[in-house]
Amino acid sequence: MKNPLHPSSPARAARWAPVLSSLLLAAIALGADSPGTSPRITDPEIQGEEKAVLTHAPMVPPPITRRHATKVLVDVEVKEVVRRLADGVDYLFWTFGGEVPGLFIRVREGDLVEFTLANHPSSKMPHNIDLHAVTGPGGGAASSFTAPGHSSRFSFKALNPGLYVYHCATAPVPMHIGNGMYGLILVEPKEGLPKVDREYYVMQGDIYTTGRYGTPGLQTFDQEKAIDERPTYVVFNGSVGALVGDKAITANVGETVRLYVGNGGPNLLSSFHVIGEIFDRVYPEGGTVASQQNVQTTLVPAGGSAIVDFKVQVPGTFVIVDHSLSRAFNKGALGMLKVSGKEDLLVYSGKEVDAVYLGRQAEAGSDSEKKVASLQAQMKEAIKTDPRIASLTKEIQVEKGKQVFMQTCFVCHQVEGQGVAGQIPPLAKSDFLMADKERAVRTVLQGMSGEVTVNGTKFNGTMIPLNYLPDEDIANAITYVRNSWGNSGDAVSVAEVRRIRSEAPPPPANTFE
Amino acid sequence: MSLIGERLGPTCRPPILSMGPAVHRRIAEDGRVMASSSSKPRLGRPMTAFLSVVCLVVFGSPLASGSPDGTHPPAGMVTVPAGVYQPPFRSEADAKEVPVKAFALDRLPITNEDFLGFVRADPRWRRSQVKRLFADANYLADWTGDLHPGVSAPMASPVTQVSWFAAKAYASWKGKRLPTTAEWELAAAASPTRPDGENDVEFQREIAAWHSAPSPGRLPAVGGGRANIFGVQDLHGLVWEWVSDFNTAMVTGDARGDAGLERRLFCGSGSQAAKNPSDYAAFLRFGLRSSLQAPYAVHDLGFRCAQDLPEFPVRLSPAP
Repeated sequence: MKNPLHPSSPARAARWAPVLSSLLLAAIALGADSPGTSPRITDPEIQGEEKAVLTHAPMVPPPITRRHATKVLVDVEVKEVVRRLADGVDYLFWTFGGEVPGLFIRVREGDLVEFTLANHPSSKMPHNIDLHAVTGPGGGAASSFTAPGHSSRFSFKALNPGLYVYHCATAPVPMHIGNGMYGLILVEPKEGLPKVDREYYVMQGDIYTTGRYGTPGLQTFDQEKAIDERPTYVVFNGSVGALVGDKAITANVGETVRLYVGNGGPNLLSSFHVIGEIFDRVYPEGGTVASQQNVQTTLVPAGGSAIVDFKVQVPGTFVIVDHSLSRAFNKGALGMLKVSGKEDLLVYSGKEVDAVYLGRQAEAGSDSEKKVASLQAQMKEAIKTDPRIASLTKEIQVEKGKQVFMQTCFVCHQVEGQGVAGQIPPLAKSDFLMADKERAVRTVLQGMSGEVTVNGTKFNGTMIPLNYLPDEDIANAITYVRNSWGNSGDAVSVAEVRRIRSEAPPPPANTFE
Repeated sequence: MSLIGERLGPTCRPPILSMGPAVHRRIAEDGRVMASSSSKPRLGRPMTAFLSVVCLVVFGSPLASGSPDGTHPPAGMVTVPAGVYQPPFRSEADAKEVPVKAFALDRLPITNEDFLGFVRADPRWRRSQVKRLFADANYLADWTGDLHPGVSAPMASPVTQVSWFAAKAYASWKGKRLPTTAEWELAAAASPTRPDGENDVEFQREIAAWHSAPSPGRLPAVGGGRANIFGVQDLHGLVWEWVSDFNTAMVTGDARGDAGLERRLFCGSGSQAAKNPSDYAAFLRFGLRSSLQAPYAVHDLGFRCAQDLPEFPVRLSPAP
């Protein structure tokens, strides 16, 4: 892969730097006696003025097409807002623009950025911004320090192209960042980046709550856990499930996808990985040289970034994780990229994900059975989408259970419940699962080890107890697996789970925090 | 008071308010504190108490400008014993420890009702008449009118959106003053059960919960919080409070000194000069104060008043 950058551009930037910084200093010195007004800077390179397009994750502003530097106005409002952290869990997030991560900012190398930071009057705290794209002490932190109900403005020249993190830098910084105050600013090289079909914004962060993972209600920031770097949640785009299900990012087969990946931290490094994909090109640490090709997992430092490009060749759901997997399995660091065929009914009716499952049916049965299975699948789809029918209790349980499954169970049992040959027994069309409902509940609550025979195949592994899950989640998840992938059974009630939990001997201590 | 003295933690020196031989010993230990005392006319403690009683009898309540005697602070105020404040941040030029004399502090933050009394008495501080130099456009913005706090600002709730100038003027009107940072922090360090609240887990949890809760549109009434060991309420969990020297944190010879501010407060460097980088609550208060300018009127920022206590001759006696 050819370096997309014009080789002379960093050198040019370097030549300009001293000139510009002395201009800037002179301007500040002149302007210092008139507080409240910004220093006047005249830069011969700058032509015109425009307001930056800012987007919430996972969207990215469109590529910059102009071929000259301009003055870009960036207006960001800091708000302290209560938002969903996970199902039933709320948190007071401190945000750049009302959501976590902060607004995506896109400018061009050489642009003059006039940044206005407004701190909403309802904020309790003062805030500021340190943009790693800024060349200057503090990255703008001191100039943007803003009390509640006030705003600050400062300007900087985007000297260096690259993908940069910005964050609040007010003490105590781990708390301001831990509460969601981070985002990305892309300084596009003058020549632009290679064209791709889709661009998305994914940013990881670690969150420290006093309650354990999943504890409902408004959660309090936990100073001890933050200092110990022991997060309760590790999430993409601000909350558990922000990139899952309906909110998954999408692409079509044959398209090239680019992810602008950031890591706000405040503490953890991310081993960023997309299950089932290989990054064709990686711009490590958000630099402008795609120095790596064919990468499985790329490390994204706290307060750092990476750009990854890859072409999607097959349809399906590709799970995005921090490959430090306890974070994906137990703390929420999980997203999804859904790849489908072109939006053509013929191709869509192929529904490649279902085709894998139908293929198995076909192996065992006749064309007629295959057709029945297909019709059943369509009926199931129709039932799911019919709100009248979907309101039936069991269907709701199945849907809710799917969410639990997709957060917790699928990592071993796989998305289609097919398991892993020789290691993890299948749940799909499982005689063992369907033979004893109570045993299924007990297995989730207490775990299981030793030899079992499933569909005629022996397995000898260990399932850890998942007793930290609430009764309702367990009831829903088991109802889901007992009614998916060829299984059909009655629902499991919360009362049943509660009864079995109370009967069960206390399982060995199992700490997930 | 001597009981409290026995329980003071290492960062809070014993109060110098008790009598008897133990007092002399403490005075000797606290020589530096003593040295700061001036040579005002001295009255014996019994005499002061006697005069207070006379004042009460002759002039009624000494609420506003009466002479508090240390044992019985003015109505609505409590005595915070002397101690030593260790700033969370300091430059090399700053003192590591700031001795604080015993002082009287309002038990509760100033309410909208209190402040209404003030603006009735002094029209210059009404919303429509205040000079922009002394209060920004957010001044009393939640009030429905000059003399009407209205539904958003209930009478019993703390007054907020008042500038430092306005808070200072109110305090003067009352014959009082704003507390210093050192005084405020010393009072606020105490939990309901101990003067060194940093070791009170429940107390710390309550403070953290306020930082993690959104600002309510309408503030609750004052007096809802548990009294700390000195009897002061609502220092945490209701509003931020102005202090007289709120901007000392950012002044490094030149108030425009961005570099100094940044060095002390932002990012990792914020903790370099910190007494205890694990005390996030102190950082938050420090950060809030540093972000302010005197005309600012902020939604969650109110105030309460302090007052000097007269000095006691017993404190000035040399140790035997």
